[in-house]
Amino acid sequence: MLETARQFRCSTVRPTELVEGLIDKIRDDSLNAYITLDEAGALRDAKKAETALSNGSDDTLVGIPIAIKDNICTRGIQTTCASDILKNFTPTYDATVVARLRDRGAIIIGKTNLDEFAMGSTTTTSNIGPTKNPWDETRTPGGSSGGSAAAVAAGLCLGALGSDTGGSIRQPASFCGITGLKPTYGSVSRYGLVAFASSLDQIGPMGRSARDVALLYDAIKGHDPRDSTSVPRGFPAINLEGTDIKGLCIGVPDEFFAEGLSPEVEQAVRQGISMFEELGARVVPISLPSVRYGVAVYYIIATAEASSNLARYDGVRYGVRKDGSGDLTDMYMETRSQGFGSEVKRRIMLGTYALSAGYYDAYYKKASQVRALISKDFTDAFKDCDLIAGPTAPVSAFGLNEMMDDPLSIYLLDIYTIPANLAGLPALSIPCGFTGDGMPIGMQLMAPHFREDTLLGAGMTFQDHTRFHEVLP
Amino acid sequence: MKITASEVLHVARLSRLKLNADELTRFQKDLNAILEYMDMLADIDTAGITASVHTTTAMNVMRPDTVRDSQELSETLANAPRHLHGTVVVPKVIE
Repeated sequence: MLETARQFRCSTVRPTELVEGLIDKIRDDSLNAYITLDEAGALRDAKKAETALSNGSDDTLVGIPIAIKDNICTRGIQTTCASDILKNFTPTYDATVVARLRDRGAIIIGKTNLDEFAMGSTTTTSNIGPTKNPWDETRTPGGSSGGSAAAVAAGLCLGALGSDTGGSIRQPASFCGITGLKPTYGSVSRYGLVAFASSLDQIGPMGRSARDVALLYDAIKGHDPRDSTSVPRGFPAINLEGTDIKGLCIGVPDEFFAEGLSPEVEQAVRQGISMFEELGARVVPISLPSVRYGVAVYYIIATAEASSNLARYDGVRYGVRKDGSGDLTDMYMETRSQGFGSEVKRRIMLGTYALSAGYYDAYYKKASQVRALISKDFTDAFKDCDLIAGPTAPVSAFGLNEMMDDPLSIYLLDIYTIPANLAGLPALSIPCGFTGDGMPIGMQLMAPHFREDTLLGAGMTFQDHTRFHEVLP
Repeated sequence: MKITASEVLHVARLSRLKLNADELTRFQKDLNAILEYMDMLADIDTAGITASVHTTTAMNVMRPDTVRDSQELSETLANAPRHLHGTVVVPKVIE
């Protein structure tokens, strides 16, 4: 993005040319990364950007084409959540993050594919079919922000927004060889994000480098009175240049190198950690004893919140309606049974069960208590270190049809990403190597609340000394 | 089985979902496997632990109680499957 911003200013490329080129590429795209392309809007905004540039605008984001995950509302552009139940939904307002990007002169080029309602880790539960991994089209790009990750990796946009409830930005970033940030809970407004699990959801940026991700994060962060979970505090601008990681203490938890971790992923991540040591960081062993319960806790809390959030899809105020026998309850049931896919139904039912009479204490209350234990593990760990490092996912990208029949084995892939959501912490995935067959591997860094500056500074320093993020599919 | 077929049907009814026979079989099997996995939580000692509700310190955030513009009614209704005279239309509730 910085290079493109420079090119705009020395007139070697114009925003209109860039957008026209991207539109052609997206039309020919075999990856199925986009659900909707906003050709007219993007060209209109490219012309505006050219005017701004000729008037001397120095904002780096002017004219930069950004893709938006299709669960983030865009005024006048369909927002479907990759679900049949919202396939006719056109928001009448922009999400705060979209409005902030537009205010800075960025161009919204289109809406990217996802698992239906962001429920999944493969981008295969979408109602328009799976997105393919640009590194190998027989494999998944990860999910649920797989469309955004594939679009960034394949050069179908310059940066993207995703959402992350249990790893949905970081895991696809890792599978597609890009950089993705899940910010601190409450640091980025969720006004206009279609709710999945409200105590966990967070919007975040995805890009080719920590610098690009920092630029986007800087543009979207900050308090928003329209989101009551948005934290009312000052958010200083992120200034990465000159960041020094000498003396930075990086904690490495044993629990993140557990059974089920692919040896190739382990080796690449351990080499990445050694690289930090060579660059002057201090590495210390730490322990997070309760994170092994993370997946069980997450799939109770996330599904319970989802069952409540998705109750709004009833065919009354928006979305698709199916009439049924003419009775109101039957209309609700027909609408929801025909409108939701299997994974969404499975999660709604699991959440309804966990909240139902007789099971609430055993599931939801217990999970919320264990969640507090997991948060405490991190509070304790951050007394001894500034960042925590480990793998983003236990494996690299796998075949599109693998594991489709076993939801639990898919859920277990989120084991290393879920803890940051449960504790509300910021976490970054950066490329740190490749498997023997050429698939990208991601390393995850986690920081204390609101320490995105430390996180992105470490990511940038790593990328200044490695080339993994520059390799193209 | 941790969850019986009739419990699956009950939960589906609470969720306002209709299941066909195939879905019933599949969801019972899936939910059972997931609930068995979640049994690992049962043995953790959580006596005296306050359930986590918020992950940051923000609590009961209020905004100033001031008059401001809201969305036009036509925009609010723009996505409603059926509407008439400024209200959404649904099947008759009371006979």
